[in-house]
Amino acid sequence: MSPIKISWKSLWSKPLSSALNIMLIAFGTGILTILLLASTQISQKLDNNSKDIDLVVGAKGSPLQLILSSIYYIDFPTGNIPLKDAQELSHSPFVKRAVPLAQGDNYEGIRIVGTDSNFVSVYKLTTSSGKFWSADFEVTIGATVAATQKLEIGDTFFGAHGLTGSTDVHKTHAYKVVGILTPQGNVTDNLILTNIASVWRMHDDHEKEEAAEQQGSVHQEEKAAGQQYEETGVHKKQTRPDQAGQDSGREITALLIQYRSPMSVVMFPRMVNQSTALQAASPAMESTRLFSLIGVGVDTLQCFAILIMLIAAISVFVNLYNSLKERNYDLAIMRTLGASRGQLFQIIIFEGILLTLAGTVIGIALGHLVLQFIGAYQESSQARLSGLIFLSTEIYLFVAGLAIGIFAAIIPAVQAYRSNISKILSKT
Amino acid sequence: MISIKSVSHSYSNALRISFKDWEINNGDQWLLLGESGSGKTTLLHILTGILKPEKGEVNMDGTSVYSLSSRALDQFRGRNIGIIFQRPHLIKSLTIKENLLLAQSFAKLPEDPERINEVLHSLGIAEKKDAYPNELSQGQLQRVSIARAVINKPALLIADEPTSSLDDKNAIAVLNLLMEQSGLNQATLIVATHDKRVKDAFINTYEL
Repeated sequence: MSPIKISWKSLWSKPLSSALNIMLIAFGTGILTILLLASTQISQKLDNNSKDIDLVVGAKGSPLQLILSSIYYIDFPTGNIPLKDAQELSHSPFVKRAVPLAQGDNYEGIRIVGTDSNFVSVYKLTTSSGKFWSADFEVTIGATVAATQKLEIGDTFFGAHGLTGSTDVHKTHAYKVVGILTPQGNVTDNLILTNIASVWRMHDDHEKEEAAEQQGSVHQEEKAAGQQYEETGVHKKQTRPDQAGQDSGREITALLIQYRSPMSVVMFPRMVNQSTALQAASPAMESTRLFSLIGVGVDTLQCFAILIMLIAAISVFVNLYNSLKERNYDLAIMRTLGASRGQLFQIIIFEGILLTLAGTVIGIALGHLVLQFIGAYQESSQARLSGLIFLSTEIYLFVAGLAIGIFAAIIPAVQAYRSNISKILSKT
Repeated sequence: MISIKSVSHSYSNALRISFKDWEINNGDQWLLLGESGSGKTTLLHILTGILKPEKGEVNMDGTSVYSLSSRALDQFRGRNIGIIFQRPHLIKSLTIKENLLLAQSFAKLPEDPERINEVLHSLGIAEKKDAYPNELSQGQLQRVSIARAVINKPALLIADEPTSSLDDKNAIAVLNLLMEQSGLNQATLIVATHDKRVKDAFINTYEL
């Protein structure tokens, strides 16, 4: 009968209060685990996706929206920019590499992105099978897309207009899968890549159809950014890359920029914002801003979890302290059987540690489980959270659990250590 | 041989109790007789090494009990002294067998299930080995507490008011068990009581 076994059996003799204590600890630890895992995974994903891109140039609007739409493919684009302007910026001496993006269509909610070979070099893409797109309407798809949509090389599909929904399908041209990317662990796993001309042509032809259907109506319906709005007027405002004609009238959605030198950091964004009708946004800055916005919520939850842990610690303390009153006699008897003061101290401390450690283990397991559950029901596949990732920082949660156990048990344990057994035994 | 010499004790400046010297030979069976409040429990605690007297000396088989360190004294008590309290006081969260294992391991003796079976058998409660204390009757619990006291074959067996809450028949039965067990384990027996019913069973009496 080791002290730890005595503690164990003692806890089992009062299952209800032990369970309550374990539940409180598990709840607190669970919330902390979820926060830890989620915030680590989100910031990792943010960094992973934007690490090689210094700046995004797009239409005026919210810089955060521009970053979200062009780097994380979450939000809707701010609008379109003239290809001519984009090309001018690409040739600026500050720019090492510029990647044009043309969005506007989706397939089963997966964005079809028109771009060029610069995209491949910026994200350092390789194909696991097949090749990169070259001719119009050829696509190379991300690894996750291939897996979830069961697409293989040679398969064809029709894109739908807008960034979500599949009501307005472009039936005139079918995309043909020519390659599948190796898993990258970033957004490209969830994208369908093609050339810009395909996106343009898709919409040119689509518009001809529509125009024919409407027989020269001056009102044209248009969807931009997934929302429908009607515009009255003879001239159509350009909000997506769909204008027929020569290159000068063409548009793209955004331009991803890699700087040539550190000097560009200072000069280039200001130049874009002041001298053109475009907007420049830095992924690093916007990510930080986004995180500081989320951070308030995270902090609140963290305080909440710590509060729960504190209540749990007090509850464990009260539990041990009260049971000590009942067990005074038991402990004195143990002393008469030859137990030393140190052994009694150990028994009480072990009880505290067993409670909090069980709570911590259950809490961490629960946190992972809940996060996996949240991940499974998440709408956006770009920022999917996983409960199967274990972090080395979780060891601190164990240490915290251990510390709380010792902290809660120390006063009762010291009391047991110092108790006067002759006095206790003479009160029958 | 156990002896106490010029022992006296007082609780927080209250009345000082002095105990006359006492020599107990190995194997003796003694009755410690005294009214409630006469210092009976105090003397028992002094004898069992859980209350250090303000003055005087307690010797057991050549060991001056209170010159031992706290830890050594705990172990000495666990190995050499078996105590039976007025009420059984077993550890409720442990089975009967585990309660006895506890006594063995606290005395730092090897756990010995054979010995446990033997003792329980001699007390007629072998079949209750895996029961919990709350499943036993008062009489059975009293037997278990005797079993716990003799499990480590102590040199000294001390019983504090073992019969006071029992009727005549059971009082005699318990007394017989105590005498039988102390004989079986070659232990010196001291029974402290104010119960006059057990007086005749003893030759040696130490009166307070």
